[in-house]
Amino acid sequence: MTLLSGITTLIYLIASVLYLVSMIGKQQRAGQIGRWVLLIGIVLHATCFGVRHSTAGGVPVTSLHESLSFFAWCLVLLFLLLDLRFRLSVMGAFAAPLAFGLMVASALSPHIVVQINPVLKSWLFPVHITFAFLGSAAFALSFGAGVMYLIQNRMLKSKHFTGIYQMLPSLDTLDKVNYTCLSIGFPLMTLGIISGAFWANTAWGTYWRWDPKETWALITWFLYAALLHGRLTIGWRGRKAAIFSIIAFMFLLFTFLGVNLLLGGYHTFEAFAVL
Amino acid sequence: MNIVIVGLSHKTAPVEIREKVAFPATAMEAPLQQILGLPSISEAVIVSTCNRVELYAISRQPDAAVVELKQFLADFHELNLEKLQDHLYDFEGTDAIQHVLRVASSLDSMMIGEPQILGQIKTAYGYACEYKTVGLILNRFLRKAFSVAKRVRTETAIASNAVSVSFAAVELARKIFDSLENKTVMLIGAGEMCELAAKHFVNNGVSKVLVTNRTFSRAEKLAEEFGGVAVNFDNFQEQLHRVDIVLSSTGSPDYVLDAKKLKQVCKDRRYKPMFMIDIAVPRDIDPAANKLDSIYLYDVDDLQGVVQANMKERQKEAAKAELIINDEVGQFQTWLSTLEVKPTIVALRQQLEQVRQVETAKTLSSLNKLNEKERKAIESMTCAIVNKILHHPTHILKQTNNGGDGNLYIDAVRTLFDLPDPVEQQTDPNPDKSD
Repeated sequence: MTLLSGITTLIYLIASVLYLVSMIGKQQRAGQIGRWVLLIGIVLHATCFGVRHSTAGGVPVTSLHESLSFFAWCLVLLFLLLDLRFRLSVMGAFAAPLAFGLMVASALSPHIVVQINPVLKSWLFPVHITFAFLGSAAFALSFGAGVMYLIQNRMLKSKHFTGIYQMLPSLDTLDKVNYTCLSIGFPLMTLGIISGAFWANTAWGTYWRWDPKETWALITWFLYAALLHGRLTIGWRGRKAAIFSIIAFMFLLFTFLGVNLLLGGYHTFEAFAVL
Repeated sequence: MNIVIVGLSHKTAPVEIREKVAFPATAMEAPLQQILGLPSISEAVIVSTCNRVELYAISRQPDAAVVELKQFLADFHELNLEKLQDHLYDFEGTDAIQHVLRVASSLDSMMIGEPQILGQIKTAYGYACEYKTVGLILNRFLRKAFSVAKRVRTETAIASNAVSVSFAAVELARKIFDSLENKTVMLIGAGEMCELAAKHFVNNGVSKVLVTNRTFSRAEKLAEEFGGVAVNFDNFQEQLHRVDIVLSSTGSPDYVLDAKKLKQVCKDRRYKPMFMIDIAVPRDIDPAANKLDSIYLYDVDDLQGVVQANMKERQKEAAKAELIINDEVGQFQTWLSTLEVKPTIVALRQQLEQVRQVETAKTLSSLNKLNEKERKAIESMTCAIVNKILHHPTHILKQTNNGGDGNLYIDAVRTLFDLPDPVEQQTDPNPDKSD
């Protein structure tokens, strides 16, 4: 269903342009329109998955092509939910272009629907993937909020304000968003790892094999655990928490992409296929 | 029909002159009726504020109208026109349209983007409506001006940056705390600017005010004013961890708060952000405090800097607003010039048709040997002549709709054929519904 996903990509592009115009040109209205455009995009995108489900079955994450697209969907979904709560149209200028970029990357990677090795077929597989992706999307948004916090904080401290200042939400809001994303992302990621371990057990008979992806995921998990702990008990907040969430996201990015590209292991897509 | 403006503003006249030509809001009827009574004027509005006095009028002879309005302004206030002359400006046609749109959008104000002027023009329009001195054109024009001002306000950020120190402080606080509700302000010392800023904070939702002063009675007095609590100056630092916003302006020669103490306060607050405004000179708060993660410290110069940057920002936005206005001026001018085209063409046709009928009837009555067919032929020939004659002029009149010279041709046709004034006979065919 490449036509549908092409249209979805185009809609994400339109939303990106609207959000960027809104941020740079200080046009509130463009951001409001962007929100509705993005909403149309996500519905179409979900339709893509529905069509794909009816033809191939299962969760659309067996190839890089599909994974990137699914991740984009998770990201837009969480952003829209967050936007509903905090009215964060500026963050759309981060989330929408990211979603668009993911869709383009997805379109450029080979369009194959891999037949999953029957050994790996289990209800735990989609659960594992969905939790891991939603968790990662939440962390991506907390990264975005962290970057915005640092920009705003820097301007307030240096008393030098540039154009984007007017459109940024308050430090308080950005910190809350950062925390909200963290508190959504952490349990999701935890569930993702646990369900993955159970799935591994049914597939290979062992819960944990220290495959590179697992190792890096664990490191990332510990980083986010430390951040959450710091926030809840020591009173980390603001700049420190923002920086921490940015660093942790770098690790997450490496876990998500870097491991596959550089280190290999059985989390690669080729490993799914029937050889 | 032309829009004519005569007036003066803070840009052309000092307050000593402006106060002399102001029209009191309580007595608008007499001057409005007097303007309407001037020979070349058909509609009138008086805008009188502390920064400007302007007369808006509609006239067929704009040059004469300007002279009459100037004379009226001098006579009404019993002033010498020669002395007043230097301070007066006048506009007509598109310049006048542009001027009013700029004034209503607050581009001509002393403080660009200030919101009062629009309300003042609306009030002026209200009086003119009440005393029935506005007609088709000014009605439509002023409503257009209001909608343009609204458009400028929503499409540009002309009014969105604080341009006073105390408002700038409130705006900065909003950038840190989001909502000011449930926040606590502490005033250290009492200065006028501090009090003003505190008032703005309270008006914007701050719920709790603490006041401290070396003289406790003063602190108590001020606290009472804000419904707050007075704190002893000797131990006010113990309360600091409960305070989100500090306004300081003591006369102390040394720092009242040093960075080391504030570091402890941050810790006690679990690093919740704190906004500190130091209006005192010499300064009250150690500037090093700004280096602490959760403290945002602004002194007088910082706030002035913010205000100046905001002013610059407004000027940038004003440039965008000018584009909007130029666009709207063109649109309104088009409407204004089409206003008379149709009635003029109709009147011209009627005039010639009448001549044709009279003359044809005369000719036919002397030629009584003609049969019906021949009579019809003469009728249709005269009709054809009239149509042929009118064809090109009509075409030209319709074309000049969109050009700036529409009035020129209409006036020429009206004079050459001695047509009655078309506008006064019709009602507003297309009232502005955007308001």
